[in-house]
Amino acid sequence: MNNQRSFFFNVDWLTVLIYLALCTIGWFNIHAAVYDETKTSIFDLSTEYGKQLIYIISALIIGIVILLLESRFLTALAPAFYVITVLLLLAVLVVGRNVGGNQAWIDLGGGFRLQPSEFAKFATCLLLARYLSSTNVKVTEFKSFLIAGGIILLPMILIKLQPDDGSTLVFCSLIFVLYREGLSGYFLIVVGLVATLFVLALLVNVWFIVVGLVALAVMLLLMLRRSRQLSVGLVIGLVACIGFVFVVKPLYYNGLKKHQRARIDEVLGLNNDKRGVGYNQNQSKIAIGSGRVWGKGYLQGTQTKYSFVPAQSTDFIFCTVGEEWGFAGSITVLGLYLFLLLRIIVIAERQRSPFSRIYGYGVASIIFCHVTINIAMAIGYMPVIGIPLPFISYGGSSLWSFTTLLFILLKLDSNRMGINYA
Amino acid sequence: MNSYFGRRYVIAGIFIVFILVLLARLFYIQVVDDRYYLYAQNNVIRRLIQYPARGPILDRNGKIMVENERVYDITVVPKQVKAFDTVEFCKLLNIDKDGFDKRIIKARKYSPYRSSVFEKQISAQQYASFQERLSEFPGFDAVQRPVRTYPDSSAAQFLGYIGEATDAIIKRSNGYYNPGDYVGITGVEKSYENVLRGQRGVRNMLYDSHNVPKGVYANGAYDTAAVAGDRLISSLDTKIQKLGEKLMQNKIGSIVAIEPSTGEILCFVSTPTYDPNLLVGKERGHNAGILYKDPYKPFFVRPIQAYYPPGSSFKPLSALVAMQEGVITPQTIYHCPGYYIAGNRRVKCFHGEVHGDVNLASAVAHSCNGYFDMVFERLVNRMGGGRKTDTAYNNWRNNVAKFGLGSRLHLDLPAENRGNLPKASYYDKMYGKNGWRSSTVISLAIGQGELLATPLQLANIEATIANRGFYYKPHLIKSIGDQRVIRKEYTEKNYVGIDSQYFNPVINGMQNVVEFGTASSSKIPGIIMCGKTGTVEVKNKGDNSVFVAFAPRDNPKIAIAVVVENSGQGATWAAPIASFIVEQYLKGSISKRASGIYPEYYINKNLLPEIPGSPAEKARQRADSLRRVKRDSLKKAAADTAKKQIELKAATNKQATKTQERSIAMLPKRRDDE
Repeated sequence: MNNQRSFFFNVDWLTVLIYLALCTIGWFNIHAAVYDETKTSIFDLSTEYGKQLIYIISALIIGIVILLLESRFLTALAPAFYVITVLLLLAVLVVGRNVGGNQAWIDLGGGFRLQPSEFAKFATCLLLARYLSSTNVKVTEFKSFLIAGGIILLPMILIKLQPDDGSTLVFCSLIFVLYREGLSGYFLIVVGLVATLFVLALLVNVWFIVVGLVALAVMLLLMLRRSRQLSVGLVIGLVACIGFVFVVKPLYYNGLKKHQRARIDEVLGLNNDKRGVGYNQNQSKIAIGSGRVWGKGYLQGTQTKYSFVPAQSTDFIFCTVGEEWGFAGSITVLGLYLFLLLRIIVIAERQRSPFSRIYGYGVASIIFCHVTINIAMAIGYMPVIGIPLPFISYGGSSLWSFTTLLFILLKLDSNRMGINYA
Repeated sequence: MNSYFGRRYVIAGIFIVFILVLLARLFYIQVVDDRYYLYAQNNVIRRLIQYPARGPILDRNGKIMVENERVYDITVVPKQVKAFDTVEFCKLLNIDKDGFDKRIIKARKYSPYRSSVFEKQISAQQYASFQERLSEFPGFDAVQRPVRTYPDSSAAQFLGYIGEATDAIIKRSNGYYNPGDYVGITGVEKSYENVLRGQRGVRNMLYDSHNVPKGVYANGAYDTAAVAGDRLISSLDTKIQKLGEKLMQNKIGSIVAIEPSTGEILCFVSTPTYDPNLLVGKERGHNAGILYKDPYKPFFVRPIQAYYPPGSSFKPLSALVAMQEGVITPQTIYHCPGYYIAGNRRVKCFHGEVHGDVNLASAVAHSCNGYFDMVFERLVNRMGGGRKTDTAYNNWRNNVAKFGLGSRLHLDLPAENRGNLPKASYYDKMYGKNGWRSSTVISLAIGQGELLATPLQLANIEATIANRGFYYKPHLIKSIGDQRVIRKEYTEKNYVGIDSQYFNPVINGMQNVVEFGTASSSKIPGIIMCGKTGTVEVKNKGDNSVFVAFAPRDNPKIAIAVVVENSGQGATWAAPIASFIVEQYLKGSISKRASGIYPEYYINKNLLPEIPGSPAEKARQRADSLRRVKRDSLKKAAADTAKKQIELKAATNKQATKTQERSIAMLPKRRDDE
């Protein structure tokens, strides 16, 4: 009994509170998004908010079950989870149901269906944590880096085959985990640089970029005169950058699918088709922007209620937040997320076991990635990519998966005083 | 691994930066930029304009002259159109497949999602059969829209017509009118547009992205109801209006009748006219095209836009001014030898008639030109003539102007003409300063020359004489709305500066005109009508027949002016037509006349001149010129003979003198009035 009580006191209740707040916000906004004057019962199971209520309750049960599990069980079974997920990802390619161009769902019957890619997130995190926390593994070593990369890449590739670009992208965020565990900071810089150059190359004349890059390099060279090694690296980097700039356009126009290109064009302003490709995003922006400071009020959003915004309960749920609650709602939701992310970092850092810490960073990275991509997409900062807003978007799979992801961390954290299982 | 401990700050930092960037953007689009709010409003709110019913127009007895009839516009939302029986559809609307395609393409071009007009103004009957099948044609709908209808088909120029607002009208209205709105273009529809149109209402409706109506925005808090246009009660009497139009059919001209005690216009005929119903409905464009090309110009509002020399009908006014100025008295006698010598020209009386000694009354009754030339010369030479001519002339002019000549009477119809009452400066320009004398402008004495008046002005002069010295502004709309508002300006007397005692002698003369003078054949049994005929020569065309009158003599109820262009003498056409109108109005029926004239003769008579430039007209002109050459040569021969006779037999042969006189009178190229 004593043991049990201390266990519950060890759970990080602050995080649970934020979790519950986000779930509640999610439920109300789903209600508003699909609100129909003729259906007043909030427990109507034919409606999305009715279902979401069940999802939330079941997610809570899942969370409690996880908290009751043995931590050892989680670490030990990490590889098994991973293998099962990979098998499910393979299965979905064969027997999956195609929804909106993505073969991502396995039908369970009774109107419920499973999205394996959601479960791949925590399975991958677990295995990555298990691997990186084993003795003699260092990310700085090439072999370990390759294996760690492989653990991330395998589900990524399978998900890309569905093809679910959004979820694929989410796995990239695990680079933060590798970075925390020792991966060179240059990787982050390179990723940032590649993204910047990609956008610039599409928008600006290539030769301007080249001149800019050379000028920047010369400046840096003058500053780093003393270090010969760095200078050489810089020159190599410069050449690589210039080379990259020149291949961006051919890659862009030949490597990407037409709809992907159209969506990117729309965000970059290369194309302005508010009735066609840009319709969704434009309407989403209108919904959010029309909320002004305090919003139009609960159930008063016209953009969402009158179905100007598509996928309003799932990927574009933030429209409802922005329209009905205004900037006040936006800042609350984003504030909660930021608080949650920082809290997770605090939790991760207070772990004695590297496994828990690594896993914690995995959770933070994935949530961060989802939040930023989803909201950036809703306000036109990113091309349209279908990924849910954690805890808020409608959908059982995503809610269960995020709950599992978070509560495993909470479970590990509640045991932080105990034995180091790794 | 703890060597990487500091990296948590880098990661936390990246998280914070990204979230802040998103918040900054949200701040911008939600708080700073107002556009999105407007976009969202535009997305869902449709301002549906509620068109009020246009006010009806009634005649003075409450009979409807124009009201609204329901027709239907078929609208279409191209995106909602699904496969259906096109053949049946076209049959119902009476269009062919090509027409169908054309309309659909046009609608799609406007907007695939919004409703636009597919077919305009189908009748209620056609709508009934269409409406039964409406559910079979998804995407199509019918919208009710009122159009004007004219039960009597009369008074077209008075009523005017409505049409879609032109770009110029829209611009001038400061955003009140939108393309497709109907506004009054001419007539009362135009001059009372602000009253007739009512107030438009607005309903703010919510529509979802599929264009499905979702109810009223904000429970109608921003809606306004449409207020129907005010009812206008016209001063016209439909009965005499219709009689007038019938009498004037196949003639060019006007009838204006005024109730002297109010200034209300009882009859306002402009012919040739048209059926106002032609300018309503689907055939409107086609019919308007034909009417615009009509050489007799049915859209020309002759009572206020056409102007003519008043001719002898001007004489009563002339006499009044002279008495007021004291240059004559009713007893002043003038000996008429059949002509009047003004300066070095000789103005003869009509047909060279010799009137002998005439006083004012008999001069009016017999339309003695000599008498009125004398009167005019006395007036204009009052200050001794010569260099003082223009001062005296302007004095005369000012007196005449008080009757409303030479300026607009501001009738409540658009595009009134002011006619012409020349100033002294006008003649200075023509003849040079001091280059003219009373004899130069002697034609004015008998209402000719540069003097021009609209039929409305002529009728108004009669109303003034009937009132013995004042008139109310003539107007066509008696009262506005249910409160029967009467404009204040219509209740004010306008005095013309003639003392009432001077009217009797003139009115005596005018009574004689009808009793036994020039218009005696138009005498109405049991009613004393006072009138004056006029016959005005028009170059190369027939004379204009003019008649002005009021009746009864005491407590007059109606003052009237009738002009029949290119028809003949005033007594022949205008006077009988006026007498029928007067009798119909005063007695409600037309009785048998001692002279034997009856309305049907005038109704059936076609007095339309040939169309200028038509083959028939050209042929007539050629024949005329031949005849003129022949006549001139004959005349020359006659004159020569006469001269010889004078030389031979001395100047006592009366016959010869008469012939000579006639030939001399021909020389100034002006055949003068009666």
